[in-house]
Amino acid sequence: MVKVDLASGALLRAAWLVAFAACGGGDGGPDDAQVIKVVAQQWSFSPNTITVLRGQTVDFEVTSSDVHHGFNLPDFGMRADVVPDQTTKVRVTFDKPGTYNFHCDYYCGSGHEGMSGQVVVQ
Amino acid sequence: MPTWNAATRRDVLKLTTLGGVVFASSLLRSTAGCSSDKSAVMGAAGPKPGTPRGAQQEFFFLQLSDPHWGFTGPQVNPEPTLELPAAIAAVNAIANKPDFVIFTGDLTHTTDDVNVRKQRMTEFQSIVAGLNVPMVKFMAGEHDAAADGGVTFKQFFGDTYYSFDHKGVHFIALDNVSDPTSNLGMTQLDWLKSDLAPLDIEAPIVVFSHRPLWALRADWDWTTPDGQQAIDQLSAFHNVTVFFGHIHQELVYMTGHIAHHAARSLMFALPSPDSDASKPNPVPWDPEHPNANLGFRSIDAATNPGDYQVTEMPLPAPTPGDAGAQGGGEGGQGSADGQG
Repeated sequence: MVKVDLASGALLRAAWLVAFAACGGGDGGPDDAQVIKVVAQQWSFSPNTITVLRGQTVDFEVTSSDVHHGFNLPDFGMRADVVPDQTTKVRVTFDKPGTYNFHCDYYCGSGHEGMSGQVVVQ
Repeated sequence: MPTWNAATRRDVLKLTTLGGVVFASSLLRSTAGCSSDKSAVMGAAGPKPGTPRGAQQEFFFLQLSDPHWGFTGPQVNPEPTLELPAAIAAVNAIANKPDFVIFTGDLTHTTDDVNVRKQRMTEFQSIVAGLNVPMVKFMAGEHDAAADGGVTFKQFFGDTYYSFDHKGVHFIALDNVSDPTSNLGMTQLDWLKSDLAPLDIEAPIVVFSHRPLWALRADWDWTTPDGQQAIDQLSAFHNVTVFFGHIHQELVYMTGHIAHHAARSLMFALPSPDSDASKPNPVPWDPEHPNANLGFRSIDAATNPGDYQVTEMPLPAPTPGDAGAQGGGEGGQGSADGQG
């Protein structure tokens, strides 16, 4: 488990927010951004292990195939609601190697607490 | 907001559990002693809450947490119907009665079936009716309330957040579980502000919550997203102590001058927040040490402001042939994937 401390977490969050704002909320953005589609469903993410290279900017496109979910990657200060019939787009730049947990943070049923995954930054 | 990392880990006092452990919360602020007199009775008229002093009289109460009635998972707890009745029996066996007992959430294990939820709450209510204590308070956990915003819980147990005064101590129960994102919400934060407004800055205040109010381990969802707003409000007062559940283990953490004490479960243990695990799956049952790390706690309130002596009460190992079963496993919705 790799964690960021409060200071660097704030910096990462700030950097992400700047990048997010600069690209109009995730539409467009750097040409080298990698698009990764994630499907949330009771009670798993698919894929639930995502491997990216250090420094890679990722545009997550998250959809739900059933009910309201959340997509939370706390080490990068990122969370978003994932609503059925909508695509939620969020951008993260993974500038630090390690393994980072993400999870559903919107209660979605009896298996909710086991709904998680990992991003491996190489 | 503090995060769980090497820099702050030193602030956490983890407690061992053999034979019951006494921890004086006030040691983090002062060296005031604490009487073991447990003869105080409730009901005496007290000073106006918020007077700059400790409890009007010494008394003690019990915190029971996370009984998860209805849980099934043989690898985690092969005898899930025994622990709650055993805890009730242990409480009733205490020579001096506590002033009250409070359950800090996850009374029942989560289910998607409202009828099963009601069945579990009915069974839970029936079992705890056997408590021989003057007063019992209930709080919801996300297993009780997140699926329906606390509607069923309220039908059985009343409001999900409230306050009360007892012998000069102001007690506040917060709800960080009914909201699907585990927020307190502005309505409750506004209520907290108004609840605190008349109190003296030196008032002894005890706060109960189910989930930790700070980001103990955010990637395990062991957090309350807007909990810092409650901590900010409470930090204006000098004698505040928080008792919570959810993480199924003893743990003490300081946010400024406020001590946050986590309690054990009555059903299964969860891993330490130090763990490298990607998610907090329940700790497997140890047949050599049944009920290891399960239990409840006694909290003594002394007349020194903010002085609380915490005594851990391990749950006795079940005796073969115990027949405390009351159908808690029925419904089949519990699973070993269920967490705090």
